[in-house]
Amino acid sequence: MSVELDVFVGNTTIMDEEVYQLWLDGYTVNDAVKVRMEGGVMDECEASKDVLLSDTMDQYRTFQMCERLLHSPAKLANQLLFQIPPHRQIMLIERYYAFDDTFVREVLGKKLSKGTKKDLDDISAKTSVTLKSCRRQFDNFKRVFKVVEELKGPLVENIRQHFLLSDKLARDYAAIVFFANNRFETGKRKLQYLSFQDFAFCAGQLISNWTVGAVDNMVEDMDVDLDKEFLQELKELKILITDKDLLDQHKSLVCTALRGKTKVFIEMEGSFKNLSRGLINIAAKLTNTKDVRDFFIDLVEKFIEPCRSDRWSAADMKLYLTHYTNSAHILDTFKHQVVWDRYMGVVKSCIFKMYHD
Amino acid sequence: MPGKLKAKIVAGRHLPVMDRASDLTDAFVEVKFGNTTFKTDVCPKSLNPQWNSEWFKFEVDDEDLQDEPLQITVLDHDTYSANDAIGKVYIDIDPLLYSEAASVISGWFPIYDTIHGIRGEINVIVKVELFNDLNRFRQSSCGVKFFCTTCIPQCYRATLVHGFVEELVVNEDPEYQWIDRIRTPRASNEARQRLISLMSGELQRKIGLKVLEMGGNAVVGYLQCFDLEGESGLVVRAIGTACTLDKLSSGSAPNTNTHMHPNTAPASNACNSPSKDGKESPLAHGCRSTHNSPVHSVCSSQRLSQNFSVSVPTLIFTGMGSGGSAGKEAGPLRTLLRQQTQTALEQREFPFFTLTSFPPGFLLHVGGVVSARSVKLLDRIHNPALGNTRSYKLLDWNSVTADEPETRDAWWEEIRQEIKSHARALGCHAVVGYSESTSICEEVCILSASGTAAILNPRYMREGCLDIGCTDHRFEEPSPPNCGFCHIPYDELNMPFPAQLTYCYHCRRQKVPDVLFTTIDLPSEAAVAGKGCLIQARLCRLKKKAQGEANATAISNLLPFMEYELHTQLMNKLKLRSMNALFGLHIQISVGENMLLGLASATGVYLTALPAPGGIQIAGKTPGDLSSEHISSIQKRINDTIAVNKELYQINPPELAEEGVGSPIPEPRHRSRLFRSHSESSDELSELDLSHGKKDAFVLEIDDTDAVEDIHSLLIDAPPPTGFYSCNTENMPGISNWTSGVQMFTSVRVLRLSNANLTNQGLNKIFTDLCENLLKSFYFKLRSMIPCCLCHLNFTVAVPEEELIQVTVTAVAMTYDKEQTQEKTAEKPVNKGSLEAEEQLQFPLELCADSSSSNIQTASKISGVGESTNMSPRAASVDYGSFADRCSTWLELLRLKAHTIRRGSVKTSRRTQSLAHSVSSLERCSPLQEGRSRSLRSSRSFGGSSVTVVKMTPLSFLPGTRIIKYLGIINMFFIRETTSLREEGGVSGFLHSFIAEVFAMVRAHVAALGGNAVVSYSMKECVFMENPNKNQAQCLINVSGDAVICISETDQESSASTANTGQTGGSETDGAT
Repeated sequence: MSVELDVFVGNTTIMDEEVYQLWLDGYTVNDAVKVRMEGGVMDECEASKDVLLSDTMDQYRTFQMCERLLHSPAKLANQLLFQIPPHRQIMLIERYYAFDDTFVREVLGKKLSKGTKKDLDDISAKTSVTLKSCRRQFDNFKRVFKVVEELKGPLVENIRQHFLLSDKLARDYAAIVFFANNRFETGKRKLQYLSFQDFAFCAGQLISNWTVGAVDNMVEDMDVDLDKEFLQELKELKILITDKDLLDQHKSLVCTALRGKTKVFIEMEGSFKNLSRGLINIAAKLTNTKDVRDFFIDLVEKFIEPCRSDRWSAADMKLYLTHYTNSAHILDTFKHQVVWDRYMGVVKSCIFKMYHD
Repeated sequence: MPGKLKAKIVAGRHLPVMDRASDLTDAFVEVKFGNTTFKTDVCPKSLNPQWNSEWFKFEVDDEDLQDEPLQITVLDHDTYSANDAIGKVYIDIDPLLYSEAASVISGWFPIYDTIHGIRGEINVIVKVELFNDLNRFRQSSCGVKFFCTTCIPQCYRATLVHGFVEELVVNEDPEYQWIDRIRTPRASNEARQRLISLMSGELQRKIGLKVLEMGGNAVVGYLQCFDLEGESGLVVRAIGTACTLDKLSSGSAPNTNTHMHPNTAPASNACNSPSKDGKESPLAHGCRSTHNSPVHSVCSSQRLSQNFSVSVPTLIFTGMGSGGSAGKEAGPLRTLLRQQTQTALEQREFPFFTLTSFPPGFLLHVGGVVSARSVKLLDRIHNPALGNTRSYKLLDWNSVTADEPETRDAWWEEIRQEIKSHARALGCHAVVGYSESTSICEEVCILSASGTAAILNPRYMREGCLDIGCTDHRFEEPSPPNCGFCHIPYDELNMPFPAQLTYCYHCRRQKVPDVLFTTIDLPSEAAVAGKGCLIQARLCRLKKKAQGEANATAISNLLPFMEYELHTQLMNKLKLRSMNALFGLHIQISVGENMLLGLASATGVYLTALPAPGGIQIAGKTPGDLSSEHISSIQKRINDTIAVNKELYQINPPELAEEGVGSPIPEPRHRSRLFRSHSESSDELSELDLSHGKKDAFVLEIDDTDAVEDIHSLLIDAPPPTGFYSCNTENMPGISNWTSGVQMFTSVRVLRLSNANLTNQGLNKIFTDLCENLLKSFYFKLRSMIPCCLCHLNFTVAVPEEELIQVTVTAVAMTYDKEQTQEKTAEKPVNKGSLEAEEQLQFPLELCADSSSSNIQTASKISGVGESTNMSPRAASVDYGSFADRCSTWLELLRLKAHTIRRGSVKTSRRTQSLAHSVSSLERCSPLQEGRSRSLRSSRSFGGSSVTVVKMTPLSFLPGTRIIKYLGIINMFFIRETTSLREEGGVSGFLHSFIAEVFAMVRAHVAALGGNAVVSYSMKECVFMENPNKNQAQCLINVSGDAVICISETDQESSASTANTGQTGGSETDGAT
């Protein structure tokens, strides 16, 4: 005796959020039943294991049928097959596109290609996110990437409109797309201490200040590609380190401002020239795609690490960078104030975000 | 009355990719009606084509309009090879044929393919212009309204109930034609779908003609069924109750549906009856009597003799207690009444009514359940009229060659006569809650009919009697409404069966039986104690495999035993729950190759007019048979269960001073042994002093292990978990304060019996567990709706193959307010419901694309109230509305956030122009309250979702809402087949998506008619066949219901405008998208 067929279909599609999460997390039906049993759902309504199994199977089937629609969430609202209340649609979409920070950290900046997809089982083993869930997340990244690649207009807004995501999630996806497009290096050992949220913040900064879209908002790829003209202009900043007078002047202005305000003043004074050279060299090299990729590692190697070894506190860092940026405005012979601000604004906030253990 | 049918193909969306090379589709559409076909242009390389075609016009007879569906085929154009079909849409244009219903069908329809399921959607607009042409010999019956609802529909008033109408049509099943061997499965399925659609149309038209002949204008309780007789053909049959209905003007509408007393309703309304057709037509077919079988051909009796047929001796269900009582008070009045009513009914061949609930005062007395079954051997339909190739010319009733339908018709007539005579035996002149069904296995067919014998108020029956002035009050029984229907209709001195009679516990003037079984709903005015509950009796009987007559004989020999067993089980379970009446009793017996399945479902209730049920007494047959401890332990368990159930269903009948109502079990010496036999008890009857209505215990004898098993199975029925109630009727006895949560569902389970040598007992256990587990699953799945009630639980059993048992359930879960369950005042529930409705209104309305300005007005009016109403305990309800608030706040937050962010940065100003523009314009022009504008935004974030929310329910009403318009009957038949079963997720995956697709298509059709709900929905057929070895499966589903527009009970003033804009607005927005 065996149950050959067992279905339950409601006019309003019934979905249990807990089961949905288990499905998204890649649990098999049997594992999901186990988890649910441990969760104590059995006590409700005097359910037995069979009831739970039947319910889980039904829901898994429903989710599988919905998955096709979730790939283009706009369809979910005007499809006729499932009558799903709008708040549930939002939940379904939001959860489907949610991702594990540990997983995304592994693929951040990598090319969203078949090759990477093949490595997913390694990532799965490393992050203990199930392979099924890894695949879903990876495919989500890829899908979003593909769609917004061909769209004009602001990246975050495009993602939100096309995938009906919350603002937060849309921003995270924008970061992922931006990193994938520019292939920023994030996997080096030195960068391991940085979380996805750190990078997402930096990506947000770069998108809103350094991309083409920051100046012209109706071009293709405006938020994905860095503004080439701006990168060219960055070369002009070199004067700050090549012109001996300027460098000294800059240093003295900064030191005057800092004196007595920090415990590590001596160290700051000592490493000023090195640090300034580091930051400006990064700026000057950004015309090379290769160096763009190394942007974050350069920031860490050229700036964060030296400071850290000198035991600067976060507050010291802030103080230093604020004065470093502002003092450049007082230099009479330095003519590139606009570019300077555009560059330092981003670098400053990125370093603030990245300066932690 | 010919007419012009106009159709316009607007657009398609979500089409499948038909051209692998380009990943696109070159779609065009064929629009076909009758023999005329039009085509749209090809819309190249698009998955969302915009055809925006001209109006295709078909000039047709109204006869065709009634019979034929509009057939829309979407194809992919292919220059070199044949065009590939993407899928089809059949649109039944019947709803457009009566003036009051829908005026236009417009909206997105799922494009359906019998192999691939739904493949995208198509936007279509259909209109009909009817020319007034009074042809005396017309064959059409345009204008007759059809309702599946088995009560007088809301917003109508019945001025006259004419009675029973029935019809059947027969055809060869395309699946079994020789051509089927050479055509594709798709072609075969489509041929079948189309044929059944045609046959349904024809059937409806013919029933309509009969109604017109009777002078009616509507059919209520319309029940259409298919008999897939395989080789021998396809029968479509329908029964219903012809009525003359008056539409109530919307102003006076509230609560008029069933509460309306005929005396209060203005009789003058009858004159402005909208049924101009009805009034004119009686002459149209003057020669046809109401006699409903066609001209009998001479040879029919000979044919009959060829058919093997066994009529099963039928049981009459009523109380089966020990019985007998002195009938001192014979009713001369009643005899008079009976005579009078009889004259009214005598003209009718079958005084049957498919209705299950009636206006107060209509039902005078209820006798009990009458049923009849008969086993027939099917014979191949020989029909020269059906050539092999031109197969779809339908049989004409009166054609000389069509002798076969008469056989079928004679079969049914036989059964109906039997029912009629049973009713007579119960002293009743009418049968209410009448239904018919069949079960077919190979060549054997069981025909069943059942109903409730009753005496009706003659006032409704006779024409001219509606002038209230002339109502004879002499014949009015002075019986109070809340117990009158329980009073026995038969003569106490001459009882048709042994029953124990007592004086009515309410009025103390008339006799009542100790137990009452009926197939109808609990009358709204009936006095009950506590709550009702679903009671099921389940039974399996093995039988030997046999062929032909031997098989039929074996089955018919088994049937009486099955009926008896089911009846005993029902009675025991009823007593175990301390209840004394069953409503909505439905007994289904399904035949398979090697077994028979019986399932009886009913809603048990404690009627305060009837005596309290006795307990159940266990007795060993011989004293030394079983240890007395064993017996007493069982006895204790039973007594405990009864006590628990009393508490569970809150059965606390009003205490009666002179009787020990509380003590269920009489002294052992009074025990009468009447288990399993009526006659046995007769000797002992005289000893019992029944004049005081002393209740007798129901005695179970433990004479063998079977009996022990029976008792065990009696006790394993688990009560529903806390917070749940269940019933299979329209109304849940004891609960009336419904809140807005409604969840209709269908569940199918198929069990494979692997064990070859099963016993009856083993099978019974398996079958019982199957049903019980299904219920448990429902409770679990719907736990978020607690407190809630599963209403109209409709179980259907089948034996699709030798070792398979299939159970299909359709029901609706409805939330109610726990706090107020005790109060039963008429006012309270209504108020409560409306408050809920206000709260939930925001969403449903604005989700509908049709909601235009008028809606916004009503909503804004309401939102003030809605906001302040706090979210009552049913927070977790599945209903949209209750969540609307929460989700919109959530969205609001997001929006706000987004807004400020955008404002903060300079670059946004231009790029988000389009979006921001729409936001601001909306905000500016609608000075709405916060709640409203919020939800407006939430809907827009889904790209202005154009999908109307369509609620579905098997009941005739939706809680908290009022039906303001019936848009027509929905009757759809679908076939789905697959040759890649595994790839579609196995049988469960296949059926799951098919049922979801059927729901979607029903919703789409209702929305296109301008409706927002389906009431009286039922899935009448769900035939599932599989062949896992070949990776194939096929399923047939037939669903029906009434499409309606319903509005929240509170906005009555704005109702009319909403309805209107709902219609036109709907078409516009749909057209635009």
